[in-house]
Amino acid sequence: MRALPLKPQGLASVMLAVLRREVSLAMRQKGEVLTPLVFFVVIASLFPLGVGPESALLLRMAPGVLWVSALLAAMLSLQRLFATDYADGSLEQMALSPTPLGLLVAAKALSHFLLSGLPLVLMAPVLGLQFGLDSRALGILMLSLLLGTPTLSLVGSIGAALTLGVRGAGVLLSLLILPLYIPVLIFGAGAVEADAAGLGAGGHLSLLAALLVLSLFFAPLATTAALRISLE
Amino acid sequence: MGKTSLLRMVCGLAPIESGNIYWNGIPIHSQRESYRQDLCYLGHLNALQESMTVNENLSFSAALGGVAPSPVQTQEVLARFGVGGRGQQLARHLSQGQKRRVALARLALSQARLWVLDEPFVAMDEAGVTMLADLIAGHLSQGGVAVLTSHQQVDIGSVPAQLLELRA
Repeated sequence: MRALPLKPQGLASVMLAVLRREVSLAMRQKGEVLTPLVFFVVIASLFPLGVGPESALLLRMAPGVLWVSALLAAMLSLQRLFATDYADGSLEQMALSPTPLGLLVAAKALSHFLLSGLPLVLMAPVLGLQFGLDSRALGILMLSLLLGTPTLSLVGSIGAALTLGVRGAGVLLSLLILPLYIPVLIFGAGAVEADAAGLGAGGHLSLLAALLVLSLFFAPLATTAALRISLE
Repeated sequence: MGKTSLLRMVCGLAPIESGNIYWNGIPIHSQRESYRQDLCYLGHLNALQESMTVNENLSFSAALGGVAPSPVQTQEVLARFGVGGRGQQLARHLSQGQKRRVALARLALSQARLWVLDEPFVAMDEAGVTMLADLIAGHLSQGGVAVLTSHQQVDIGSVPAQLLELRA
């Protein structure tokens, strides 16, 4: 009895295996992908009902409202990022894998972006039309979301790791993470407004990209440290 | 100190209060990656994702270990562990004993030299216990190392084992 000659796998293919697993799980539990998206649509649609149909006001509010809605929607699915893996022991196996945990965590954050951030980016122009944004503003809104939502996933993964196994994790997670989302919100919503004011969105978008690069480097490290503490 | 905490320390999951754990003469905390290359841990939890099939679970855990078994290899291993033909089933449709067997099948798909097993004989019938004991004996005879906890005394062939009786 024994030793099967097994084909070795490189780091990239291990990360791809994590990504493929997350995506195929999400496809089996479609509700988990659809809930944040529906939430996003509902929240953004409540504002015109609440503040009245005055188009100048709606136009002015649109970027901020859409960005805040996107922020809240992205938070909704964060709690589950590590929770099931923690409960069934898969997370332990990941922590003991020869592949650095930081890379596995980055793959998980990427899957969170693909499954909850990207649908928001694609849905945003439809909602933007409700608010009367023109095509140029819609383009900038999408671009700002495309640069901002991966940051939300990466920074959110830190919070998800810190609140693992804690009672009332959902609320705690929002309290921890929402303040960290503020810079993304300011530059994201600001990009559309700056362009409308004739200042150009370039500066804001560059800063969003800078935040993304920064969190791409630091967030997996912080998440890894938090996960190791949660697993002790 | 409990058995489980001891094993988690051996794996490097739990911090050590005092002293050191060495592997190949080097403390494990200063050679984490190469140590994990040599380690296969099976805890209380089976690490099976309920919504994935048995095959998907096995190939994912093999990927975490850095290997890619072929479908034929996976099938062989499952058959050896008495859960052949279950490959396409979702993990949630398996019984407790079958889940344990699938979790144990990971050992056969791992290149690790050191096996750390937490109560591997629990929830196993007699045939399962014999099969697992054979598997461990085979691993040891090929120069492998196994650290395991158990409530029952299980005969692992002729391989000399060190027995530690822990009393709480």
